[in-house]
Amino acid sequence: MNYFVNEKGYYGDFGGAYIPEMLYPNVEELRQNYLKIIGDADFQKEFHHLLKDYVGRPSPLYLAQRLSKKYNANIFLKREDLNHTGAHKINNTIGQILLAEKLGKKRIIAETGAGQHGVATATVCALRGLECVVYMGEIDIQRQAPNVARMKMLGAKVVSAVSGSKTLKDATNEAMRDWINNPVDTHYIIGSVVGPHPYPDMVSVFQSVISEETKKQLTEQTGSDQPDYVLACVGGGSNAMGMFYHFINDENVKLIAVEAGGKGVDTGFSAATTFLGKEGVLHGSRSILMQTEDGQVVEPHSVSAGLDYPGIGPQHAHLFKTSRAKYVSITDDEALDAGLLCTQMEGIIPAIESAHALAYLEKMKFTGGENVVVCLSGRGDKDMDTYMKHFGL
Amino acid sequence: MNRINKIFKEKKNNILSIYYTAGYPGLGDTVTIAAALEKAGADMLEIGFPYSDPVADGPVIQASSKLSLDQGMDLNLLFEQLKELRKTVTIPVLLMGYVNPVLQYGVERFCKACAEVGVDGCIVPDLPMVEYEEFYKETFLKYGLSNIFLVTPQTSVERIHKIDSLSNGFIYLLSSSATTGQNLQVSDTTEAYFTRIAAMDLNNPTMIGFGISSKETFDKACKYANGGIIGTAFVKSIAAGNLEENIETFMAGFRS
Repeated sequence: MNYFVNEKGYYGDFGGAYIPEMLYPNVEELRQNYLKIIGDADFQKEFHHLLKDYVGRPSPLYLAQRLSKKYNANIFLKREDLNHTGAHKINNTIGQILLAEKLGKKRIIAETGAGQHGVATATVCALRGLECVVYMGEIDIQRQAPNVARMKMLGAKVVSAVSGSKTLKDATNEAMRDWINNPVDTHYIIGSVVGPHPYPDMVSVFQSVISEETKKQLTEQTGSDQPDYVLACVGGGSNAMGMFYHFINDENVKLIAVEAGGKGVDTGFSAATTFLGKEGVLHGSRSILMQTEDGQVVEPHSVSAGLDYPGIGPQHAHLFKTSRAKYVSITDDEALDAGLLCTQMEGIIPAIESAHALAYLEKMKFTGGENVVVCLSGRGDKDMDTYMKHFGL
Repeated sequence: MNRINKIFKEKKNNILSIYYTAGYPGLGDTVTIAAALEKAGADMLEIGFPYSDPVADGPVIQASSKLSLDQGMDLNLLFEQLKELRKTVTIPVLLMGYVNPVLQYGVERFCKACAEVGVDGCIVPDLPMVEYEEFYKETFLKYGLSNIFLVTPQTSVERIHKIDSLSNGFIYLLSSSATTGQNLQVSDTTEAYFTRIAAMDLNNPTMIGFGISSKETFDKACKYANGGIIGTAFVKSIAAGNLEENIETFMAGFRS
C-alpha cells in the first residue's frame, strides 16, 4: 500500500487541487518547484541550521517516568513544546519562508486557529524581514489574546475573520481570498497538512523532522526505532503527520490519531471529523469533512482552537480509509483533565491540543513494557485562561 | 442546439449575462428574477447555488449566499424551483456554484437534474480543468451540459488553448485575478491581456466578468469579448425594495 502522495497529488482517493483558476498559477508554481527547492543541498543546510540554532532542535524525547508508572508502559513525550514559539508549527514555517524567498515572494499570508501557526509565521517573517498578514477568526482572537499580542509585536498585521463560525475554517477562507487577490508577490504559508496539492505533502515533509528525530532518539534509548504505539492529536493534522511520517511504512507500529470530540461526538458540538464527516472537498482538496447532506460545511466545536476545524488533511483521510492509522476522539473535559494530570505528574503544562493525545492513554490497556510515543505538540501557556476558568485556578 | 451555443450564434456581441444567487433576497424569488431579467433584456442567466465557504466570492455575494442558506435553500429546492423556470424563460441558464455541493448531490444526479429542468451549463470555479477532465467531463457531456472555465490574466497561452479544447459554450475571462465585486479597471496590462486573447482565434466565444457594474464597464468588456457578465452590482441592486422595479431600473441603465 502506498501511503504517500502520487504524481497527480493524490493519496488514494484523497487530495488533488480543487482551486479556482485565480490560484492555479500560484499553486502550479509551487508544485513545479517545491521538491527541487527542498531537495537542494543549500536549502537543506540552511533549513537544518535554523532548526538547530533558532528553533532549538532536536527536541528531546523524554521518558515520562510517573506517567509511565501510571499507565504501565514506557510513555515517551516528543517535546515539540520546547521549540521556539512553543509548538511544532515553527518547523513548517521555517521551511516555507525559505521556499517563499527562493520563489521571490515579498509578502506572506497565513491563517491561524490557536495562534501558534500565526505566531510561528510572524516569527519567521520578522527573522527574514518579510511583510506578514495573519487571518484569525474573531472568536479565536478573543480566546487567544496573548498570541494575538505576540503576532502584533512581531510586526504582523492580524486580520479578523468575521464570516461563518469566525474560527479557523473562516480564517482559511479569508487567507485564500487574499491570495486570490494578490497572486503575484504573495506566498500563503498554510499551517496544516490541508489545502491543494502540494501543500499537504510539503507541510508533512517539513514536519517529518519530528519522526526522523524520534527514530534516532528511540534507538538510543530503547535499542529499537520501532515503538509499539505513536499518538498525536489531529485538527488538520500537521503534528500527527510529522509524528507518523517515518513510521508509516513500519506496519508493526500502531498509529493513533486523536480528534477533538468537543462536548461529545453526538452533541452537535464536536470536531471529530472521521466520526461525523464524509468525503468531500474543502479548502482545495478532496478529503473527509463535516458537512450537511447538501454539502454545506458544518461548524466544528472544540475547546482547543487548534483542533477546531471541520476537516482533516487528505493523507489522514487515506490513513483512516485504509485503516493504517486508528482515529479516535477525546472530549473537551477529558483533554483538560489530561492536561492537568500531565502538569501535576510531570511538571509539563501541555497545550490543550496535545492534551487530547495524552487523554487517550486513559483508554488504552497496556501489559507492561510497551513503548509509546506521544507527540506533545505545544505548550499550554496560551491556554492558561481556559485552564484557569475550567479548574477555577 | 444548446441554448448557449444558439445565443452566441445569433447575437455574437454585446451579450449581457446576469448573475444572481438563488433564494435571494427571498427564498422563492429565483424564478421571478429570471423572468424579470429576460423581460428586461438579459441575454443569459447565471444562477448561483449557495455554499457556506465561497472562497472565490467577495463580501456581497458571500452575504447573499449566507442569507439564502439561512432561509433554507438547497439543491433539491433549487431544482424544484427551476422546474417552473422553463414555462416562462427561454434564454440560456447556467448554474454557478462550488464543487462540494455537487459532489454530495452526486455528479450524475446533478447533471441529470440540470438537463431535466432546462439548465444549459455550469460554472464551478473550484473544479479545475484537470479534475474536470479526469472525473466529470463524460457525465457533463452525456447530459449536454456546457462546463464553463475561467481564465485570468495569469493563465498561460498553452492552458487557454487546452481550456478552449475542453469548452463547448464560452470562456469566462476574469478582468483581473480577484474575488468577485472588484471594479473593472482596464489598464494597459488588462487591455494587452484582452487583446492577446482576442487574437488567439479561439473556438469558443468569450465573456468578460468580475468588476462589471455599469454601462460604461459593460461597453468596455464588449470591446474585447462577445459580452459581459454582471454579478455583484446586480445582487446589490435587488437587496431591498420592489424586486421587479429594481430589476427594470437596473437593466434600463444598460439599454441607454
